Amino acid sequence: MFTHETRLKRQAIFDLLFRSLTRVCAFGVLALLAAIIISLLVGSMPAIHAFGLGFLASSDWDPVSGKFGGMVPIIGTLVTSGIALLIAIPVSFGIAIFLTELSPRVLRRPLGIAIELLAGIPSIIYGMWGLFEFAPLFADHVEPWLNKHVGALPYIGPFFSGPPMGIGLLTAGIILAIMVIPFIASVMRDVFDVVPTLLKESAYGLGATTWEVMWQVVLPYTKVGVAGGIMLGLGRALGETMAVTFVIGNAHELSKSLLMPGNSISSALANEFNEAVGDLYTSSLIELGLILFFITFVVLSIARYMLYKLGQREGQAA
Amino acid sequence: MNIESITNPKIIIKDLNFYYGNFRALKDINLSIAEKMVTAFIGPSGCGKSTLLRTFNRMYQLYPKQKATGEILLDGANILDSKQDLNMLRAKIGMVFQKPTPFPMSIYDNIAFGVKLYESLSKHDMEARVEWALRKAALWTEVKDKLKQSGTGLSGGQQQRLCIARAIAVKPQVLLLDEPTSALDPISTAHIEKLIDELKEDFTIVIVTHNMQQAARISDYTAYMYLGDLIELGETSSVFTNPKRKETEDYITGRFG
Repeated sequence: MFTHETRLKRQAIFDLLFRSLTRVCAFGVLALLAAIIISLLVGSMPAIHAFGLGFLASSDWDPVSGKFGGMVPIIGTLVTSGIALLIAIPVSFGIAIFLTELSPRVLRRPLGIAIELLAGIPSIIYGMWGLFEFAPLFADHVEPWLNKHVGALPYIGPFFSGPPMGIGLLTAGIILAIMVIPFIASVMRDVFDVVPTLLKESAYGLGATTWEVMWQVVLPYTKVGVAGGIMLGLGRALGETMAVTFVIGNAHELSKSLLMPGNSISSALANEFNEAVGDLYTSSLIELGLILFFITFVVLSIARYMLYKLGQREGQAA
Repeated sequence: MNIESITNPKIIIKDLNFYYGNFRALKDINLSIAEKMVTAFIGPSGCGKSTLLRTFNRMYQLYPKQKATGEILLDGANILDSKQDLNMLRAKIGMVFQKPTPFPMSIYDNIAFGVKLYESLSKHDMEARVEWALRKAALWTEVKDKLKQSGTGLSGGQQQRLCIARAIAVKPQVLLLDEPTSALDPISTAHIEKLIDELKEDFTIVIVTHNMQQAARISDYTAYMYLGDLIELGETSSVFTNPKRKETEDYITGRFG
């Protein structure tokens, strides 16, 4: 009887310890998040005091005279990520449709594994490949063509004119697209795989084509998962550093043309932290980091909100 | 009763064989489906009744290792012919499945989905068509104030009637029902059975059911199948009260199956 009671007691203590431990782990994440935000805020205070909101709208980046503005890298980050998604979403959708609906069964596994392997390649490899192989190819064959045919068009023309150098925002966007495709495609494939067969058969049974079934039934059915996959890809594109640094050109210059070199937040940080002299320079870089953090946060919040709204419109709270 | 004695066949099946890979799931089926009547396929699990139903709209073609040989004549034209356009075939032959499968869109769009594949109706005509289909499926009064809400928010029985409305909105000639009430409660089942009785004025109906009482209640003709063979086809009243084959009698009296 005595031993039984001690055992119960010991179990109760153990349970209490275990619960406290999980709680510490969970709140530890929150504390870490808060610590990062606070250190970013503290670090960027000098720059915020010096430039205020003007930091966002200024394209100056002059370490000599101590004038800094974040517009070029902010735009570079947004534009390269935008280009990446513009390319990656339709391609990934195609890959996922092929893998779930059209591919012969024997090809499904090897193709799926190949795509997942693509996600495992270190980003520096993409950067080197982009700089040494892709950029020259792009400069010799694609950019002259863009210059000649698209550059002359009204409205979108200015975005595609300029010297064909191979490195620049467009190249960075394309490399990013290649890097995020495996993420988006494998999430899309996984969510398409769990769509009930009967649902698809119902649509086929009405005489819908594969395209109509995928676009009008499967995609709406899986929209939460698909949006999740896209956000995963966007998250990687926004923060990607190494590959972008290699091919974006690292020039703090604002240009309309996507063929011109630019800069992104993460590659500016990677390139310049070592040589940043003076409080203001360092602080400006930290403020860029804070802005990147904020952009990622806003993107995720917007995605959540959109999904919530979509769910509401269909009469079911998401 | 042989196939000639059905006087107004909508579908005539001749020497139909069906294969899942090397497995022969249907064996030389010869059968007629009477126009604007209800024909029920009954038999134990794995007898091939659903397989047979799925040859009528060639649903099996989604899966590479399945194939059918023989002839299925719809109004005299062989639908197994490789020249048969699948989408046009499925416009003529609608299907409803074991479980309700509302699409993830509004009730209105669920109905309009199939119609849009074949016809470009004006907004007004489309609204009229949606109402027509929902009325036919005895669902209109329940959903007319919430057409913009999601089809997935309805009860199971309502969802299944929505699926029936979606199938008939295309104005098919034949309606295939694959155990349409197997996932429903008794009240919803009664609704659907009453509906089937009304729908046969306009459509030729083929229903697969596990439930023999259901076949007896709603069908005009009953086909009993066993292990890929068609054992007996006849008027429902005679199949259930005076079966010609011993196997049929054993099954319907519950001695087996």
